[in-house]
Amino acid sequence: MSTIRVLVGTRKGAFILTSDGKRQNWTVSGPHFGGWEIYHVKGSPVNPDRLYASQTSGWFGQVMQRSEDGGKTWEAVGNEFAYQGPTGTHQWYDGTQHPWEFKRVWHVEPSLSDPETVFAGVEDAGLFKSTDGGKSWLELPGLRGHDTGPLWQPGAGGMCLHTILLDPKNPDRIFVAISAAGAFRSDDGGTTWKPINRGLKSEFLPDPLAEVGHCVHRLALHPSRPETLFMQKHWDVMRSDDAGASWHEVSGDLPSDFGFPIEVNANEPETIYVVPIKSDSEHFPPEGKLRVYRSRTGGNEWEALTKGLPQQDCYVNVLRDAMAVDSLDPCGVYFGTTGGQVYVSANGGDSWEAIVRDLPAVLSVEVQTLRE
Amino acid sequence: MRTPHNSPRPPAPGPRPSLIRIVLPFHLRNLARVDDEVTVEVAEPISIEAVLNALEENFPMLRGTIRDHGTRKRRAFLRFFAGGNDLSNDAPDTLLPEDVSSGKEPLFIIGAIAGG
Repeated sequence: MSTIRVLVGTRKGAFILTSDGKRQNWTVSGPHFGGWEIYHVKGSPVNPDRLYASQTSGWFGQVMQRSEDGGKTWEAVGNEFAYQGPTGTHQWYDGTQHPWEFKRVWHVEPSLSDPETVFAGVEDAGLFKSTDGGKSWLELPGLRGHDTGPLWQPGAGGMCLHTILLDPKNPDRIFVAISAAGAFRSDDGGTTWKPINRGLKSEFLPDPLAEVGHCVHRLALHPSRPETLFMQKHWDVMRSDDAGASWHEVSGDLPSDFGFPIEVNANEPETIYVVPIKSDSEHFPPEGKLRVYRSRTGGNEWEALTKGLPQQDCYVNVLRDAMAVDSLDPCGVYFGTTGGQVYVSANGGDSWEAIVRDLPAVLSVEVQTLRE
Repeated sequence: MRTPHNSPRPPAPGPRPSLIRIVLPFHLRNLARVDDEVTVEVAEPISIEAVLNALEENFPMLRGTIRDHGTRKRRAFLRFFAGGNDLSNDAPDTLLPEDVSSGKEPLFIIGAIAGG
C-alpha cells in the first residue's frame, strides 16, 4: 500500500498531510515553523524522507530547513545566497536600472539523482545550487548574467524565479521561469541559458512578441515526454512540443485563460489541469465558482471539474506553486487556496474533497507518493 | 538545547570575557531552539558587533537573520535596545552600557511591531 504525503507551504507555517493510497482519511501535522512564510517544501525523489523547505520572514530574512525523516524533525541549513560576480542591474518600475537584491527563495527543486543536490529559485531572479544538502549555495550566474538581464523587470509579486523543471531524460537540461522575464532553458547543466519565449504574446509589452518580458506564471511537463511543455502565462495557456523553442496557444474554450498553476496527469501525458482566474485585476474564480479545468487533449478542449468544489460565493485564488499530482492510478490531483483549503481528487479530477479547510493562505503544495 | 555556558572552553589569552545576556524575539528563540534569554561570552571591548559575532558563532542558524550576510547591516525591522536606550542606529563598534556588559541587564533584540 502506498502512502501519500502532501507538503503544504502557507503564509504562517508548513503543514504535512498524510494518507494511505485511498486518499480518504488524512492526518495533519503542523504548523511547522509557525508564523513564518513557507514558500515551498519539496522532497528528494531519490530519498523521499529528505525534505527541503524555504522559510522566510520580512523581519528575519531567509532560512532554509532540511528534514531527514519526512518532516518530523528539521535542521536549519545554509541561508547565504550571494550573487556571483558583478551584481548587475535589471529594469525597475520607474524605468531606471536597479541592482539585483536577494529577497527570498520561492522554489526548491531537489535533484532527480542525488539527494545532496538541490536547486533554489530566488527573488530577485537567480538560480542557486547546493551539492551538500543545502549547507552552502552557489549561484549559477549564467542565467542572471544573460544579455537580456537588464530588460527583466519585476511583476507585481516581485522578480522571482518560481519554476524549475529538471529534464528526467537529459541531466544537462533545465527549464526555469521568471516573472516577468519569461522562460529559459539550459542544455549544459545551468552554465549557459537561452530565452525560450518564441510564440508568446503579451499585450502589455510595447512589443508583444518580445524575446523577454513575458510574465510566465508556471511551466509543467510529463516525465515521459520532457520535450512537451505546458505553460500558464499571465494570460494564455501555451504548449510547446520542441522543448520551448516555439509555443502555441491552447487556451481553447476556457472561461478565462488567466491563472497561475498548471499540472499534468501522472498517467496521461495529454491530460492537463488549470484553474481559471477571472482576470489580472480580479484574482478570483469567474462567477464565484471554483472550477478546475481539465483537458484530455493537451489543450484547446477543456471541461470544468466542479464536483465537491464550491460553486457560489467563492473568491479564493490558487497560486502558481499550489497544485501538484501524485503518481498513483488513478492520478491524485491536489491544490491549495489562498482561503486555506487544500483539495484532493483521488480520481483524476472527477470529484474533489477538502483535506483541510482552515489553514493560512496556501503558497505551495507538493505531493510525495511513497511506495512500500 | 545548545547554550554556550554549558560548552566549556579553555581560557583565552587577553582580557577575561564577560557573560552577556541577550533576549531574542520569539521567532529567533524558536530558530535557535532556546526557551529563554541566551548568554554568550564576549571579550572586551564589548560592542554591539562583538556581541552579535559571539551570538552567531554559538547559534549559527541565526546568521543572516539579524544582520544581512553580505553587508552586515542590521535587518530593517529589528531593533537593539539596551539600558533603556535604542542603539539600533549606533555604529557597530559602539560599546554597550555598563549594565549590559556587566551582565546586570540583557541586550534586547526586538522585532518591529507590525499592526493591522
